[in-house]
Amino acid sequence: MNPAFEPEALSWYEANARQRVAALVDPGSFREVVGPEERATSPHLALFDLPEQFDDGMIVGRATFAGAPILIAAQEGRFMGGAVGEVHGAKLVGLLRAAKTLSLDVLILFDTGGVRLQEANAGETAIAEIMRALVEARLAGSRVVGLIGGRSGCYGGGGLIAGCCSALVVTEQGRISVTGPEVIETNRGVEEFDARDRALVWRTMGGKHRYLIGGADVFVDDGPGAFRDAVRDVLKAPGRLDRATLDAEQSRLERRLTRFGASTDAVAVWSALGIADAPAVPGLSTKAFRAIATCRESADDAR
Amino acid sequence: MERLSYTLDAPIPAGGTKPRAIVGIVASGNLEVLLERVLAPDRCTVEIATAAHGFGEVWAAVVADFVARRGAGGLRIAINDGGARPDTVALRLAQGARLIAGDAP
Amino acid sequence: MRDWARQGAARTARIAAGAPFARGKVVAASDLAPFLEAVLRPGDRVCLEGDNQKQADVLADALAEVDPGVIHDLHMVQSGIVLPSHLDVFEKGIARRLDYSYSGPQAARIARMLYGGQIELGAVHTYLELFARYFIDLTPQVALIAAVSADRDGNLYTGPNTEDTPTVVEATSFKDGLVVAQVDRIVDRVPRVDIPGDRVHFVVEAGKPFYVEPLFTRDPGAITETQILTAMLAIKGLYAPYGIRRLNHGIGFNTAAIELLLPTYGEKLGLRGKVCTHWALNPHPTLIPAIEAGWVEQIHCFGSEVGMDDYIAARPDIYFTGADGSLRSNRAFCQTAGLYACDLFIGSTLQIDLAGHSSTVTTNRIAGFGGAPNMGSDPRGRRHPSEPWLKAGAEADPDTLAPLRRGRKLVVQIGETFGDGNVPLFVERLDALALAEKLDLPLAPVMVYGDDVTHIVTEEGIANLLLCRNADEREQAIRGVAGYTEIGRRRDAGMVTRLRERGVIRRPEDLGIDPLDADRSLLAARSIKDLALASGGLYRPPSQFRNW
Repeated sequence: MNPAFEPEALSWYEANARQRVAALVDPGSFREVVGPEERATSPHLALFDLPEQFDDGMIVGRATFAGAPILIAAQEGRFMGGAVGEVHGAKLVGLLRAAKTLSLDVLILFDTGGVRLQEANAGETAIAEIMRALVEARLAGSRVVGLIGGRSGCYGGGGLIAGCCSALVVTEQGRISVTGPEVIETNRGVEEFDARDRALVWRTMGGKHRYLIGGADVFVDDGPGAFRDAVRDVLKAPGRLDRATLDAEQSRLERRLTRFGASTDAVAVWSALGIADAPAVPGLSTKAFRAIATCRESADDAR
Repeated sequence: MERLSYTLDAPIPAGGTKPRAIVGIVASGNLEVLLERVLAPDRCTVEIATAAHGFGEVWAAVVADFVARRGAGGLRIAINDGGARPDTVALRLAQGARLIAGDAP
Repeated sequence: MRDWARQGAARTARIAAGAPFARGKVVAASDLAPFLEAVLRPGDRVCLEGDNQKQADVLADALAEVDPGVIHDLHMVQSGIVLPSHLDVFEKGIARRLDYSYSGPQAARIARMLYGGQIELGAVHTYLELFARYFIDLTPQVALIAAVSADRDGNLYTGPNTEDTPTVVEATSFKDGLVVAQVDRIVDRVPRVDIPGDRVHFVVEAGKPFYVEPLFTRDPGAITETQILTAMLAIKGLYAPYGIRRLNHGIGFNTAAIELLLPTYGEKLGLRGKVCTHWALNPHPTLIPAIEAGWVEQIHCFGSEVGMDDYIAARPDIYFTGADGSLRSNRAFCQTAGLYACDLFIGSTLQIDLAGHSSTVTTNRIAGFGGAPNMGSDPRGRRHPSEPWLKAGAEADPDTLAPLRRGRKLVVQIGETFGDGNVPLFVERLDALALAEKLDLPLAPVMVYGDDVTHIVTEEGIANLLLCRNADEREQAIRGVAGYTEIGRRRDAGMVTRLRERGVIRRPEDLGIDPLDADRSLLAARSIKDLALASGGLYRPPSQFRNW
């Protein structure tokens, strides 16, 4: 959005959804559908005297990526924490259904804390509809790639949707989980999980850990250029979702549980993976991390 | 939410030809500004929905300064505000005017 | 015949009373409360060490546990009211009177207790004047201090956070007072002797490090575009024209933005080596990129900062370090350095009135002063010249013969016209006045007096108060940078225009700064992680600042 930004100068974590989209796809190629000028805002927020956003925190449209047409969706993680409401969710459902009809691949730029409390029923329903539409698009041959590196992470229903994707690209700052740190602490106590211990939060839910245990497929630096390179690679692989994929994933998850089930902290998991200096992992640069991450659990097509 | 609306004579027409532009995010202390080139080039309207009540006088001053100093003629401007400070509002309006005047997407 | 050594005898008696709890000088942590009951006397003047950074937390907790039937009416003379236990002793009746300096984290509770009459307030001081009074009329009879380690003779190692300890011990021990130190551990040999053992009478092994607040860590991720704009104005409109080489920064986000703009924006302006070379400053993590880029020659520190110890130890050419390799900080010396050897102080505040007085007091919060009023004042005793000091003096008083003209220290208030929650920075009347009335204080708690302030920087521009020739001009210069606050909107537009023509007010465009260029991509580091990377992994941020 801001023409002063060179894409290389842009931090994915700091950028807003529109900046990310513009910097990710071929320059100038993005065409928004149901854009802000249509003012398709939430029908619920006014009841709570809360401000609306013209795009309801979800940007959807088409673009070209490396010259090929693609569909793209981006959540705005700073509007209500990127939470999913009725309109927000419906826009993504529509995009995924279009992907099936048009046989196009989809990029989802996640940045969400989960379902919007003020429209929880509509939001939960939307999550289910999104997952169905996503799986149907994949069964029809579309690839759906999730990109995770925003402030709000990818939590709640967002974590469930991410689990359905063909591939996930994640940064160090990116977090993937279903239940968030505060909710775990509230329900299970601070002894179980201290949500204020940010190092603990990141080594449990952050990009490095997810990549190491096969919860994400590609680990990238915090910038659109890095994401673009990763997406280009990921889209070279054939799209596939069938019984064999799910069987393979099931046995992989069983093996993961056997290997790491007794570990009480991510550092123990990393040690069990064979990383010599496991406590040093969070401090490593991307390059150094990739070098030691060769022993990671694999991740393909499902997680 | 408080709703405010201003119609002003605009001495400087908005630059460029883009039909619309949007800047900013609705978040605490922040706002989004949607600019649409739909009016006569010497008019500007600004509609505001704000979570912070009782700042009408400040909004009027910020909007008047913006229209006097930047290319705002021809623009219908709509703002969703999450309680941004006046300096942030002025900055987003200026960013919006620059964006709609620019050729880049 | 008068006994001329009663104080020494009293100390000997205290040591004897404490001896049953000690083996040599070492007291067990479990015996601390009864030990304190044995060595303290009702009505004692007690210095419980703690400032805005380090805390003698174990001793503070123990003091709050003594029996108020035995120990009561203590007069606390201490830098900081920071821990809950610092106020518990007043609630329980262990202490009655208070002279202090800083109360940031307890600002709301101390306000309630002062209004409720639970604390008899002597005065709120700057650090340096409280230290001064330790040697004149507030000399402690007992000091409860904090160190990293001790040997069995009581030699103390205070590590990077030496801070107030030498001053407190000097005043107490050499006036026959009793010094009790908490240490993490007792060792055979301390890494360096910060406090000689003959000044220390008892040592307690706490088994954990004393608490330190990471007060000087500002997350670059939270710096706004407006703060960046104010930082650009300060660098281009003040640092460059005055040639500010020796300075102190406050802890706000505006000054953090200045630090992070030096290697980018400052470099573009060609200012490296010309400004910001010598500092009285805590080890701000946000200064790392400027240090690494070769901007900084040396820094003297009030205290240390959590996570910075390894970085400091690896940059001994920049910081003051001891024989053990770690930082030697000293609050009293650094405050003196900031007062006499710096040409500029720049900091943020909560309220500025039309005379330029500023205060961080609001009616419900009393945060105290800390060091800011000392940093932010013009030292009348200064005699050495420097270019910025002479230039500022000439601006203030162009008519006096130059050899007889005082220079001026630049005292700059920087901030956005509206603060958190849309609260205006500029006010008709400081809340500090209401507070003084309510508590019947002879002085309103003013952080920086208007006649010490030389410049005010906001996103709307810079007001140079040195160039104002009367109260009217001063008021309009302040209104002229007060933005859309009520103070700003009620400006005399004609007069503000004339002040701008005279250069009293300078707008961003007058300085060749486009507000739309104030972008976060200008920051040399945009996150705490960037700072850690810039330090080559030597800066280890505390967990609460991490997102990795």
